[in-house]
Amino acid sequence: MSLVLGHLVIAPVVLPLLSAALILLLGDRRRPAACRAVSIGSCVSLLLAALCLLGWSSSGQPAVYAVGDWPAPYGIVLVLDRLAAVMLLLAALLSLAAAWFAAGGWDLRGRHFHALFQLQLMGLNGAFLTGDLFNLFVFFELLLIASYGLMLHGGGVGRQRATLHYVVCNLFASTLFLVAVSLLYGVTGTLNMADLGLQVAAAPADDGPLLRSAGLLLVVVFAVKAAVLPLGFWLRDGYANASPPVACLFALMTKVGIYAIVRSCTLMFGEEAGVAAWLVGEWLVPIGIATLAMASIAALACRNLGELVACLVVASVGSMLLGAGLFTAQGLSAALFYLVHSTVAVGLLFLLAGEIAHERGALGSDLLPGPMPQARHLAPLFLLAAIAASGLPPAGGFVTKVGLLQAAVGGSWALGSWLAVFGSSLLVLVALVRSGSMIFWRPASSAADTAAVRPTPVASAGPAWLLALCLLLLTVGARPVQSFMDATAEQLLEPAGYVEAVIRPDFSSPPDPAGPGMAPLRAQGRDGGALAPAGGGGT
Amino acid sequence: MELLLASAIGVLAAAGVWLLLRARTFPVMLGLTLLSYAVNLFIFSMGRLATAAPPVIREGVERYADPLPQALVLTAIVIAFGMTALLLALSVRLRHDSGTDHVDGGEAGR
Repeated sequence: MSLVLGHLVIAPVVLPLLSAALILLLGDRRRPAACRAVSIGSCVSLLLAALCLLGWSSSGQPAVYAVGDWPAPYGIVLVLDRLAAVMLLLAALLSLAAAWFAAGGWDLRGRHFHALFQLQLMGLNGAFLTGDLFNLFVFFELLLIASYGLMLHGGGVGRQRATLHYVVCNLFASTLFLVAVSLLYGVTGTLNMADLGLQVAAAPADDGPLLRSAGLLLVVVFAVKAAVLPLGFWLRDGYANASPPVACLFALMTKVGIYAIVRSCTLMFGEEAGVAAWLVGEWLVPIGIATLAMASIAALACRNLGELVACLVVASVGSMLLGAGLFTAQGLSAALFYLVHSTVAVGLLFLLAGEIAHERGALGSDLLPGPMPQARHLAPLFLLAAIAASGLPPAGGFVTKVGLLQAAVGGSWALGSWLAVFGSSLLVLVALVRSGSMIFWRPASSAADTAAVRPTPVASAGPAWLLALCLLLLTVGARPVQSFMDATAEQLLEPAGYVEAVIRPDFSSPPDPAGPGMAPLRAQGRDGGALAPAGGGGT
Repeated sequence: MELLLASAIGVLAAAGVWLLLRARTFPVMLGLTLLSYAVNLFIFSMGRLATAAPPVIREGVERYADPLPQALVLTAIVIAFGMTALLLALSVRLRHDSGTDHVDGGEAGR
């Protein structure tokens, strides 16, 4: 690999960081246009970088970037495999749409929108790339602290209250994350995920209970981020209250949780994990069914378009768990395709909901008869997004749902999965049809309401069309996307390739001179008491 | 030492969880702070307990403490500190704007 291409792996982390610093220097009050240009420019270059990385990753060999050139497992590595590349591309795409949409005027409703936005993007990209468990924690915190600021963007008591719940839930989850990480470190003596996979596989039976509890704690933490059923009640109010470009980016945040569940369960607690093999077992599928059922029923009860779309986010998480929880090649592949498609569809719906609320003035996105939104693109795009989100036949959502149904056939929860997918499709369809007809087909009764209709900023149609175009591409190009996802699922289920790429075979002893303290740790990590170096070169 | 540390972590975590379940923002924040103390001690103890053992390589030293958990604790402290500051600012703002320090921004049934 060439020098430039080799360093491209870290670009998705460094680029948003530099952009955020530049935006802070420029000052969003003094030079709003320059800040927007930097933010959108960063998103466009991230999109290009993500496309390059996707092409690179499709060779099947994970690319490893050792930060500071410290080899794994002692240094921190970034690992680019197919899954990471897909998630990076999705993040770049959604962030471009959201930043572009925000440039239509939403970014000036508070301070530092674009700086926080870029920092959150950095956290997201870092979480997808990192190969180190503690580093994953740090990137999680980065994206969370930026998301707290973004969720508050625009102000108001409703947002503050929703953010408070969100912050407290996530802080508690972070605490559990630290407990799980340090337990794993205490038992295995490593934090590198590939190395953890090896150590967990080689762990003696005595360590089984500790390892399993640490792993399950990790899954609980990721389930909080993914808003899985008993842990996801913070999501609806938070997302419904967030400003539309923020909500569009947040559509990706629950997927970070799914990503982390899939990554940790395949890499560290997979088939070869010995005492902790298939840790979550068959739990994820019934939890997914329950999440899907609850979210679909909740979607019917929503009185507000924003809340409805937030319920769709939770429903999509449930559907993904239906497939991913099987941990078969077919299930993972279907879940990943569904992940990409549903995230784009939900992001588009968040943008449209925001614009509809903007046009309807004081009524907001409440599902009541009111002034009809005037912008031409809203109705057709809403139709398209609704078809995609509910999974009706012409759209890619249908293909992905068929994939989920096919994958469920062999599993032990086949009947429940089928019922949940069909039932939720129907309920979501009813909810979307009802809200669409309420918003677009019940014009205002009084002239005062009609007069209150505000013109839409022209720029806001662009990002919505961009996401709609992606939905169309995912539908037309379903075949190549599906085959890429199949390859991704196969790569995930064979973690040996990932481990080999990270833990270089030519590296067997710790590097001189700073490493000698580490080697005995691996050897005697379980002995307790202080550690004695095994006569390393540095002493 | 093990018993003392383990019970300290347990008491801190229990008090933290209890406070976290309160309905006012200030106890909730204190609860999170106590929880983060408990977790920091826990991370520290995962490097094994030892007295008078330096974490950095030196001439003529036989016993070493594991430096990595100490580095992790530092990171965790910094992050928890930042989060607590943000939560504090948010709670004060919510108290100011909604007129109550209830976590739901209003009493139940109002």
